[in-house]
Amino acid sequence: MTSGDPHRRAVLPNWWARAGWVLFAVYLGYAASHLEFTPARFAVGLEHGAKFLSRLFPPDFHRWELLLKGMLESLQIAVVASALGVALSLPLSLMAARNLMPPWLTWPARLVMVLCRSFHPVIVAILFVKAVGFGALAGILALTVASVGFLGKLFTEAIEEISLKQVEAIRASGAPFLSVVSFAVIPQVFSRFVGFIAYETDANLRNSTMIGIVGAGGIGGTLFAAFQRFDFDFVCAIVLTIIALIMAGEVLTVRIKQIFKV
Amino acid sequence: MTAELATATAASAHAAAVPALSVRNLVKEYVAGRAVLRGISLEFPTRGVTAVIGPSGTGKSTLIRCINRLVEPTSGEIVFEGRDLTRLGKQGLREARRRIGMVFQEYNLVERLTVMENVLSGRLGYVTPLKAWLRRFPERDVDRAFELLEIVGLSAFAHARADSLSGGQRQRVGIARAVMQQPRLLLADEPTSSLDPKTSVEIMALMQALSEMHAFPVIVNIHNVELARRFADRIVGMTGGAVVFDGPPEALDDAILKSIYGGEDWLE
Amino acid sequence: MSAPGIAAIDREWRRFTPAERFARFAVYFAVVAAIVVSLETVEVIPEFVYDAPAQIGDMLRRMWPVAWGFYPEGVQAPLLESLHIATLGTVLAVVMAVPVAFLAARNVTPHAGLNYLAKLVLVSARSVNTLIWALFFVAVFGPGALAGTLAIAFHSIGFTGKLLSEALEETNRGTIEALHATGAPWLSVALQGYWPQVKPAFWSIVLFRWDINVRESAVLGLVGAGGVGMALDTALNLFQWDRVAMILLAIFAVVIIAEIAVTAIRQRII
Repeated sequence: MTSGDPHRRAVLPNWWARAGWVLFAVYLGYAASHLEFTPARFAVGLEHGAKFLSRLFPPDFHRWELLLKGMLESLQIAVVASALGVALSLPLSLMAARNLMPPWLTWPARLVMVLCRSFHPVIVAILFVKAVGFGALAGILALTVASVGFLGKLFTEAIEEISLKQVEAIRASGAPFLSVVSFAVIPQVFSRFVGFIAYETDANLRNSTMIGIVGAGGIGGTLFAAFQRFDFDFVCAIVLTIIALIMAGEVLTVRIKQIFKV
Repeated sequence: MTAELATATAASAHAAAVPALSVRNLVKEYVAGRAVLRGISLEFPTRGVTAVIGPSGTGKSTLIRCINRLVEPTSGEIVFEGRDLTRLGKQGLREARRRIGMVFQEYNLVERLTVMENVLSGRLGYVTPLKAWLRRFPERDVDRAFELLEIVGLSAFAHARADSLSGGQRQRVGIARAVMQQPRLLLADEPTSSLDPKTSVEIMALMQALSEMHAFPVIVNIHNVELARRFADRIVGMTGGAVVFDGPPEALDDAILKSIYGGEDWLE
Repeated sequence: MSAPGIAAIDREWRRFTPAERFARFAVYFAVVAAIVVSLETVEVIPEFVYDAPAQIGDMLRRMWPVAWGFYPEGVQAPLLESLHIATLGTVLAVVMAVPVAFLAARNVTPHAGLNYLAKLVLVSARSVNTLIWALFFVAVFGPGALAGTLAIAFHSIGFTGKLLSEALEETNRGTIEALHATGAPWLSVALQGYWPQVKPAFWSIVLFRWDINVRESAVLGLVGAGGVGMALDTALNLFQWDRVAMILLAIFAVVIIAEIAVTAIRQRII
């Protein structure tokens, strides 16, 4: 019946993977013990949570002028930061493309992008608040830096993935550099760029609602102040408005992608 | 002794008389008012290969898929092992499905899993999800899987990933998977349409051999008439959602083929 | 030239139809208008802009020399805590995101209402920033790493769930059909059919999210949710810029190491 070997395995076990999982589980247990999560704390937390939730609802919109002002400022910050970010990222990412540019250009460009990406927008915002004072300017600068870091990386990856054959063909026809870019590079990357820009604008919108917590303008400041005043139903109103704005932004993004046939 | 023997003989005679599958008045409308299947009634015995032929869009695939309810019939009865499949709830349908094996045109294997894992996935209806996840299949099943791989000629590929195999090899895995279920019926939806002529013949021969070896009937949906003639014991010809021919391959002549498929140019 | 009876064909080459041209133009116009309006209305105080270089110079001067000695006593432990928060938070997020992702995927759950509900949950989770979630959880559970972990977890569900559901929607229908046809229970179809197909995407998503969470966890301390952010907050409030510099450098190093680790793991797995 069988071919004589009673120890044939249906599936070859992967010992490295299993060891890895065991180690990871041990680490998780160790890390979790740091959280000091006792049943007592859980119970207290639930009680607080219930009380907290009841104070959140119903949301209080009567200070809607303050809310609107903050949201508009956040929107402005997001729009300007995205625009500046795109404007700066495009040339930077072209410079950083290893398939098109020499190393003495790509290395510094990539370094700039990595630096911009490494710090959380909040940290960058704190530094800009120190440098240019409280308000929207700090926020715009902070989010522009974040955008350049993020978009630059994505743009560069897209450019490095293009087919050089198309570039070669257009170059061989005697076209000047800019024409090569517009006929061979841009068509290949345009739809991906639109997708990245849409994603980054959405990210900036989300971030702009939050950097106000450290004084960089926008609704975040209003939110934080309300929190510290224990004005929780206003907090709820603000959060709901933020969610609605982001959702609206997503719907808009989908439409724009359809128009550009991404 | 004699009484038992008599009962046993009577039982087997009875079994031979009871069809493996009875389709009664099967109707399927994808769009209300436009029936793709117009009240099909067929009986399938417990042995033999039945080939369903007909032009594209005539409902052959729909018929096959209605049997195990991958497509939901609009009305009619499908009686298998004494139960009407159309009336079964989720649990009952699952139990029935594990007794019905199916082979697909695009093989439908789990590409990233090994050949062995794909063959064993035929037993998923018989083991708990936890055991399946941990790959703890009963020893019997593992042995049988290795045997099946030998029969279909893929022993050397037991631990190879499914997507590293050729089309013909993948279809063999698909057949092994179906036979692993120890089915009382094997369905095949255009199993050779993605294969070259030589491999197609091998696959049909394999299904025919397995069907005799394990004593289950096969219902194949096929568009290659020559293959149908060569391997089927019975041919069902469909046109426009209805059965227009039902008989042995010898009875299939040009006139009948013309009425099934229309046109003359494709006939020699 | 043209054969009799054949109408002249419009031979003008157009890249886009008039309707498409209009739509594209409308988008460009709206974008430019939004930028112009925002630039004009945003409040920027000119004096601050002129003062900026001097301020930045002052800040940089105060950061040097970097307070290296501060690392062992004041930075290392909180930094490790931030890493724990990031990892635990990501794991928790994944555990919570998987069922929601299954509900949101149209091919897995053909029920439009459930799809919509799941997508709503995902959008809401990611619209609320980690920092804001942290504020909530600090109010509920008190300051510390627990609040930070939950904040990371709840925010990350949004992205993880969305990307996972998109990966699920791209799986091969036929493979799943075949497994259903064997009579397998739903859980087995999920584990043997969907999981092998989404595995590469899954790991990519988890690694990507962990990388971002390492950055996020560093700032949660600013609102009291544990990790190195708290040390940063203290140093900022006391204007100890040399310590601030030390902390920033430490964060930078961790982020770079994490990114290198992620790239290396990604190449091995995918």
